[in-house]
Amino acid sequence: MSFPKLAEAFAENSIRVLAAALDREHAIELAGDLLVASGRVTPDYTTEMVEVLDTHGPYFVIAPAMALAHAKPSDSVLSTGLSLVTLAEPIVFGNAANDPVKLVIGLCATDHDAHIEILAELSNLLSNNETVNILLNARDTEQIRSIF
Amino acid sequence: MKIIAVCGMGIGTSVLLKMNAEKVLTQLGIEATVEATDMKTARESTDAELILTTPDLVQLLTGLKSEIITIEHFFDLEEIARKLSASLL
Repeated sequence: MSFPKLAEAFAENSIRVLAAALDREHAIELAGDLLVASGRVTPDYTTEMVEVLDTHGPYFVIAPAMALAHAKPSDSVLSTGLSLVTLAEPIVFGNAANDPVKLVIGLCATDHDAHIEILAELSNLLSNNETVNILLNARDTEQIRSIF
Repeated sequence: MKIIAVCGMGIGTSVLLKMNAEKVLTQLGIEATVEATDMKTARESTDAELILTTPDLVQLLTGLKSEIITIEHFFDLEEIARKLSASLL
């Protein structure tokens, strides 16, 4: 399996492993900071990501240990892309079925359609136990890049 | 039939749910269209027979006539198949 769309979507400086998060808001901010660092969004987008948690709850914890943090397309989004952060210590988001969270993926999109192929690859990546284990246990970012 | 997959923003979670629901519907031989929508559009949508969403969002969808199915693990096609079959077959 290869993931060419993901290789493009994860720009330089968009991946971080074994980060220390204080709480669920901080975990989302870490993913947002990586979208900022990789040039995808302005810092406002990170604030918008945290606001989604406030208004809609932790529904975006979509599978055991995995969260897909994002806000909606806005002026804060410069280009469509992804970020990824693994947490040194898992964080409870309040999602009964899938807590605690070890992996936070950040998503930003300029519109409702441009990122569909990226999400199709992301779905395949996160459906596969082998690639998920690599993501969850990576000691450095190269180990993660090697699966794209 | 029309199914809508609903999340807060309509661009991330619901799109993943739509993709995996489509895979399952094909396996089950059920003809249906699945649209990914945000919460606001879902509340205004009156022609969907079935709504797929997450347990956290159900309380925000109360009052709608459509049947609601909640999915906990979005990549668990067996969970999606089990719940869709129970409703549709």
